[in-house]
Amino acid sequence: MTIGLGHYLAVAAILFTLGIFGIFLNRKNVIVILMSIELILLAVNINLVAFSTHLGDIVGQIYALLVLTVAAAEAAIGLAILVVYFRNRGSIAVEDINMMKG
Amino acid sequence: MNTITTLSSLQPILPEIVMAVGAMVLLMIGVIGGGKGTGVNLLSTLLLLAVAAFVYVFQPNQTQLFGGSFVVDEFARYLKLLALLSAAGTMLLSLDYLQTEHQQRFEYGPLVILSTLGMMVLISAADLIALYLGLELMSLALYVIAASNRNDVKSTEAGLKYFVLGALSSGMLLYGASLVYGFTGTISFAGIAKAAGAGGIGLIFGLVFLFVGFCFKISAVPFHMWTPDVYEGAPTPVTTFFASAVKAASIAMFVRATIVAFPAITHEWQQIVVFVSILSMALGSFAAIGQRNLKRLMAYSSIGHMGFALVGLAAGTAEGIQGVLIYMAIYIAMTLGAFAIILSMRRDGKLVESIADLSGLARTHPTQAFFFGALLFSLAGIPPLAGFFAKFYVFLAAIHAGLYILAVLGVLTSVVGAYYYLAIVKVMYFDDPRPAFAPMPYSVRLVLAIAGLINLLFFAYPAPLIGAATAAAKSLF
Repeated sequence: MTIGLGHYLAVAAILFTLGIFGIFLNRKNVIVILMSIELILLAVNINLVAFSTHLGDIVGQIYALLVLTVAAAEAAIGLAILVVYFRNRGSIAVEDINMMKG
Repeated sequence: MNTITTLSSLQPILPEIVMAVGAMVLLMIGVIGGGKGTGVNLLSTLLLLAVAAFVYVFQPNQTQLFGGSFVVDEFARYLKLLALLSAAGTMLLSLDYLQTEHQQRFEYGPLVILSTLGMMVLISAADLIALYLGLELMSLALYVIAASNRNDVKSTEAGLKYFVLGALSSGMLLYGASLVYGFTGTISFAGIAKAAGAGGIGLIFGLVFLFVGFCFKISAVPFHMWTPDVYEGAPTPVTTFFASAVKAASIAMFVRATIVAFPAITHEWQQIVVFVSILSMALGSFAAIGQRNLKRLMAYSSIGHMGFALVGLAAGTAEGIQGVLIYMAIYIAMTLGAFAIILSMRRDGKLVESIADLSGLARTHPTQAFFFGALLFSLAGIPPLAGFFAKFYVFLAAIHAGLYILAVLGVLTSVVGAYYYLAIVKVMYFDDPRPAFAPMPYSVRLVLAIAGLINLLFFAYPAPLIGAATAAAKSLF
């Protein structure tokens, strides 16, 4: 069996769905949400690189590199906000993020 | 396509370069100056105003840079001006707030500048990479300033919520972008437009994911749930920024991507935009009725207004886009004015933000009450104030495009929306007065006066704005 574009897209779609569910079904810890976001971005990267090789077009790989860079910046900022939040609230449990409702 | 050989060919992106270098210089000044923010934040305001003046004076021809990924045209110029002016307005509103609340940090101004730079890239983006990078530059700075009141649990919670949902939405947008790239073989909007005619389920999937990302950023229903919490928790000047400049840039991204890249499958995306628009208008009108907090009320109000703006996009014609552009300009004027009032509600040294605190404002502060009343009538869309004309142009375009049901529903929801705006006017004019607020700072007065006068006098001299919006809309088609 040869592994074609469809297989890569399927793997990426599964990872993407896992990431989305990780954000919405997770009731415990914000760190897990950060990991899920990372999973989503990596699924996109698999997509981009698979398409890039399939099309014989380098742009997809450049896009993937830029996504990696932005993902790193995003994770840094997310963790920084999380640290500040923890200092104020003393907890990073998802169910404790409830100061504002309505 | 033009290759870059000389420095002078970079001239069309001079405003962006000045903003990027300016932000770094201001950070250096902040560090060397010992961490006192007053001067840096004042300089940031001036820089934003200067760049806005430059963009206004400088008339671009239709130019493309970097192999077509960065477009400078009338559309970009119009929206960049809106973004820059609302960023400058936000900074003017921030100056006194930061001083009084003892939050003068020199990072604030540069972060606003960097975020505005992201918006400018976003507005000019003509391919998926530039769009993504502009969006992230804007959003990453926004996450930080949402949490900028770092000793306050509400502000940090707002930052955290905005970060998680913003990152999720850019992930969705990116997944859509990867599918669009894969099924059309190109990332440039013009190339996508050529290849999209063939259609295909993969492309439609990509389009839907892209739209999810766009709707998150403009906080349209069903992706609005972060808006009230973030608006309430973030420091009020930052909320102003979210409600004005960010909305302008996000609508620009939405409009340019849909109109330039997907004209071949108008029928498909039109249904989505109509659906989102009706839901946003309805939720913006009904959910705001029970609100007691002015910032939450403004959040629902902004959701509703984005629904009205999308009516113009749903029409998909040059007339519709012109309507969207006029709507955004007037919406920003109304929002800045309303937030200037919210920022002047200071009693016993603390900002209060509930509607009941405005009780009897007409007797304690008649001028303030008059301006806020005019802004509220304008937000409700009552003639002859500017808000009426904003709605008039988008509904007219919808009717010309044959979207009768959308226009009728829009008018009906705007009647429902008028109820809660007028309820505030009633509280200000007919309820028993409460103790007076602290006097308004001069920078806030300036913003309120400009925003209020634009709303009151727009009907007398609408030609410049309408002319600019027409030219901007034409440059997309």
